[in-house]
Amino acid sequence: MNEELIYKVNNNKVLNSGLDLEYSFNEILKGFGLSSELAHIVWLPLPMLLVLVSAVVGVLVTVWLERKISAAAQQRIGPEYAGALGVLQPIADGLKLLVKEDIIPAKADSVLFTAGPILVLVPVILSWLIVPFGQNLLISNVGIGIFLWIALSSIQPIGLLMSGYASNNKYSLLGGLRAAAQSISYEIPLALSVLAIVLMTNSLSTVDIVNQQSGAGILSWNIWRQPIGFVIFWICALAECERLPFDLPEAEEELVAGYQTEYAGMKFALFYLGSYINLILSALLVSILYLGGWGFPIPVEIIAKVLNLPINAPVIQVFTASIGIIMTVLKAYLLVFIAILLRWTTPRVRIDQLLDLGWKFLLPISLANLLVTAGLKLAFPQFFGG
Amino acid sequence: MSIAFTTQIICFSVLSLVVIVGALGVILLENIVYSAFLLGGVFMSVAGLYLLLNASFVAAAQVLVYVGAVNVLIIFAIMLVNKKEDLKPIDNIKSRRIISTSICLTLLSLLIRVDLSNVWGLSDPNTSIGEESTIRIGEHLFSDYLLPFEVASVLLLMAMIGAIVLARRDVMNEDISTGLPVDQELIEKSSEPLLIKKN
Repeated sequence: MNEELIYKVNNNKVLNSGLDLEYSFNEILKGFGLSSELAHIVWLPLPMLLVLVSAVVGVLVTVWLERKISAAAQQRIGPEYAGALGVLQPIADGLKLLVKEDIIPAKADSVLFTAGPILVLVPVILSWLIVPFGQNLLISNVGIGIFLWIALSSIQPIGLLMSGYASNNKYSLLGGLRAAAQSISYEIPLALSVLAIVLMTNSLSTVDIVNQQSGAGILSWNIWRQPIGFVIFWICALAECERLPFDLPEAEEELVAGYQTEYAGMKFALFYLGSYINLILSALLVSILYLGGWGFPIPVEIIAKVLNLPINAPVIQVFTASIGIIMTVLKAYLLVFIAILLRWTTPRVRIDQLLDLGWKFLLPISLANLLVTAGLKLAFPQFFGG
Repeated sequence: MSIAFTTQIICFSVLSLVVIVGALGVILLENIVYSAFLLGGVFMSVAGLYLLLNASFVAAAQVLVYVGAVNVLIIFAIMLVNKKEDLKPIDNIKSRRIISTSICLTLLSLLIRVDLSNVWGLSDPNTSIGEESTIRIGEHLFSDYLLPFEVASVLLLMAMIGAIVLARRDVMNEDISTGLPVDQELIEKSSEPLLIKKN
């Protein structure tokens, strides 16, 4: 009885804000005579599977983009024969890695060598838990939201250190150490710039962060209120993903391939997958934190008013949900495009420049940004969150 | 017994097992690198226990601080100095082990005694604050726990300044034990060891 009441309350709240697939799915299963608890258990793996599949498909798209854009930047054609415009090339890459021999070097520590790539990949995939594609289109609206992502992304360096150590190779060890140092240095300005957003939202939940930006379409996006935070976050996200200009852990000229040197086959593929999923995740989070998430540049309310439809009409709800997914993916891929372009056009920084930039420039600036945000919030509560 | 309750029991037993076995591994394994990685596993499982107790913010903070910062730095330090050398045999190793084991067992029995004799204030699961705990922690940190919070930050500042003084050779340019000037070259170059034994 009590549970049903909660469902009804939730449902009323939800009707005003968008589709709730979970509720409708549970209703259908209950129609077949399942208890609500069992229906919930049947529901649970579905969004997880969907997100896993979309993450992997996202990686395939990004790999294809990377190959094509790098080719264009270097005046080549790029992949051409595998499917139209080479769209099947990433699948061919994946298949190649899948059937390659899985080598563990004789003098390597086989347990840590195997556990390393897993520890790198799992936290990245877990972080997709909090990425919203719409009001109810996310796996779990956990209250600690964005903080969970910061905590999970701090596990990754342990996996890198582990694989660097287990490879029993000096290049691998140096690569792992560099990755850990870089990740620790850039996590602090990253967290501080997120903190400024949280200060304006009064909540850590990603859904609340997007809703807070949905007032006036493009004008109310956080990028206008947090321009410095946006730049800091983007730089730090690139550094966390180990993308050029910050790909020191795997700098080819100095370290062969860093911590990946001894890896082959599927274990290498896990690193590869992890780094690309991390890139897409970072792009998604930038779009959620600063570019209005699933919000359309023109608020849906205005479109509904122009079309003379109530905001909770089924047509408008389906339209809102699909526009939400399209906008989130579009913004994320715009940022992925910028990241790829940066990779193929900028030189790599040196390790001392990297650490100087992190500790002596980004950290003070992000602290000042936080302070200014707090001051502005007190001075203009209507613009910077009450 | 509901499905949720069964899941909780299974999670709790697995997590406690990992904590106990992992902690034993940390102190019993010969290889210090394994100990460090196992320590990370123990920290993660403790975070899992916090999650079971509905304290999601504390769990995430545990992962961020202990796994992401403390454990990474421990592993980092081990890997920077890790030389594969056999440790020198210590005199009276047996009696030392007996003494340390008895001290640890005494401490353990003391903790068990406290655990059994204390009346723990259990909160009603129906009235637990759950996600609101983040706000509650913030309120406490800035009101009645303000002084301990600030003292902890001063302590961290002192540790940081101490580390900088130790690391910068131009601040302390004299060897502690010999009084000789410390060479200011890069560490990577071969140099005399910092602490030379007095013969």
